[in-house]
Amino acid sequence: MFNYKQVLETIEMVEREHLDIRTVTMGVSLLPCIRATGEETARAVYDLVCKKAQNIVKVTEELSREYGIPIVNKRVSVTPVSIICAPFADKAPLIGRALDRAAKTLGIDFLGGYSALVHKGTADYEETFLKSIPEVLASTDMLCSSVNVGSSKSGINMDAVRLMGQVVKDTAAATSDRDGFGCAKLVVFCNAVEDNPFMAGAFHGIGESDTVINVGVSGPGVVQHAIEAVPDADIAELAETIKCTAFKITRAGQLIAREAAKRLNARFGIVDLSLAPTPARGDSVAQILEAMGLESVGTHGTTACLAMLNDAVKKGGVMASSRVGGLSGAFIPVSEDIGMIEAAERGDINLDKLEAMTAVCSVGLDMIAIPGDTPASTISAIIADEAAIGMINNKTTAVRVIPVPNKGVGEEVNFGGLLGRAPIMPVHGKSSEKFISRGGLIPAPIHSNKN
Amino acid sequence: MRAVVTVVGKDKTGIISKVSTFLADKSVNILDISQTILEEYFAMIMLVDLTNAKLKLADLAEECRVMGEKIGMSVHVQHEDIFNAMHSV
Repeated sequence: MFNYKQVLETIEMVEREHLDIRTVTMGVSLLPCIRATGEETARAVYDLVCKKAQNIVKVTEELSREYGIPIVNKRVSVTPVSIICAPFADKAPLIGRALDRAAKTLGIDFLGGYSALVHKGTADYEETFLKSIPEVLASTDMLCSSVNVGSSKSGINMDAVRLMGQVVKDTAAATSDRDGFGCAKLVVFCNAVEDNPFMAGAFHGIGESDTVINVGVSGPGVVQHAIEAVPDADIAELAETIKCTAFKITRAGQLIAREAAKRLNARFGIVDLSLAPTPARGDSVAQILEAMGLESVGTHGTTACLAMLNDAVKKGGVMASSRVGGLSGAFIPVSEDIGMIEAAERGDINLDKLEAMTAVCSVGLDMIAIPGDTPASTISAIIADEAAIGMINNKTTAVRVIPVPNKGVGEEVNFGGLLGRAPIMPVHGKSSEKFISRGGLIPAPIHSNKN
Repeated sequence: MRAVVTVVGKDKTGIISKVSTFLADKSVNILDISQTILEEYFAMIMLVDLTNAKLKLADLAEECRVMGEKIGMSVHVQHEDIFNAMHSV
């Protein structure tokens, strides 16, 4: 029999501290869908995704009720679309829209994989694909896009970085009626992972099995509460507290992942240990850092606190699950975290500090609104900086910035729901144009030569 | 399949009777009961067996939640594995 403390602790975590399973994501390989034409491929893609994931909503809702833990998102990730439409890249939008229709038929929250992997070079068909992203994101609702422009093993494809700066701008322009919302569905990666269950960066890697279930756990509120319960602890004790908490959260995720995989006829892929915040109060990574003793996130000491948090979460999680993967760390999106939003409004956190923070946590500059008149080359340079941090540190980094059309510093953008709101942050005014216009490849770092 | 029923709320007369009668009506077998008063709050944990139950766990959980609201208590029914997973190595 269980004791009161354990049972009530679990219930308290769910009811008061926002413990939830953030996402159950089914990865589906689209390789069997490749046909002779774009039209036939689009039809095959729609049919396969609808068939494979037909029960995902029903099963996750059932699991949520049986185990008494909310499962917030049901998602699907697919093989990077640029791969399956290589022979007819101009038809990629057809496939994108077929995927969007499939997502709507299934009733899921997002579908990721309108993606390309161009970390070592951009083929002609990939360039055509990348240029289709703005229009496709503007004409779909559930579809998410990601592009990998660098890796520790191959270096950084600066031609792709240059192009993606423009793609981000064009996506904002194509969705200017919604404050550039399309950019919230577009991530530029370095060292992208193949089993990420989180959006907007989820895609189903080419090395994966045909159908897998990846689960993303969450629980910033639970960690914050645990830290607040030991107000006088030294940092080592804090790390231990976080580790134990991460263990419990991850175990819940692993249980749901195994059971979901069984019921959905898929393989159990991984549990992603990320601390993913929401705009709700008490569900914030920034507030965890503040609970550690910072007056505001963004002040001196933030990077150290975040490094410790990120590491402790991983240690507890690795102990709890036999298969850890995805991004697994603390997320620091600005618009999706009430502590970050308020710090940005007060001017206590800026882009430079956020960049420093991305060196010690997953994932990158995430959900940051910047002025609409930011030049494409500046966005490319932001991407290059982040990719460099990822490449040198052997970690995933990403950029998801929104150059909000017709808005500037001092104004705010509100995407609603889990995507939240963000005050527009200033970027550096000096030009990076010449650097970005050079193109070419930043060679892989010396420590990538391990063979 | 076994589940854990948790009943928490302000103490009053007849809680155990109401909850156990409700479960019996659904052919849910009670295996173990533990009950205490924590700072004037009533807290009860039951381990139950659903082998012969008339409804599925997910539906039982929902019906118990509604029943709990009627008697002014917070009632949760959860698969026992969630507690095994979170609280044992």
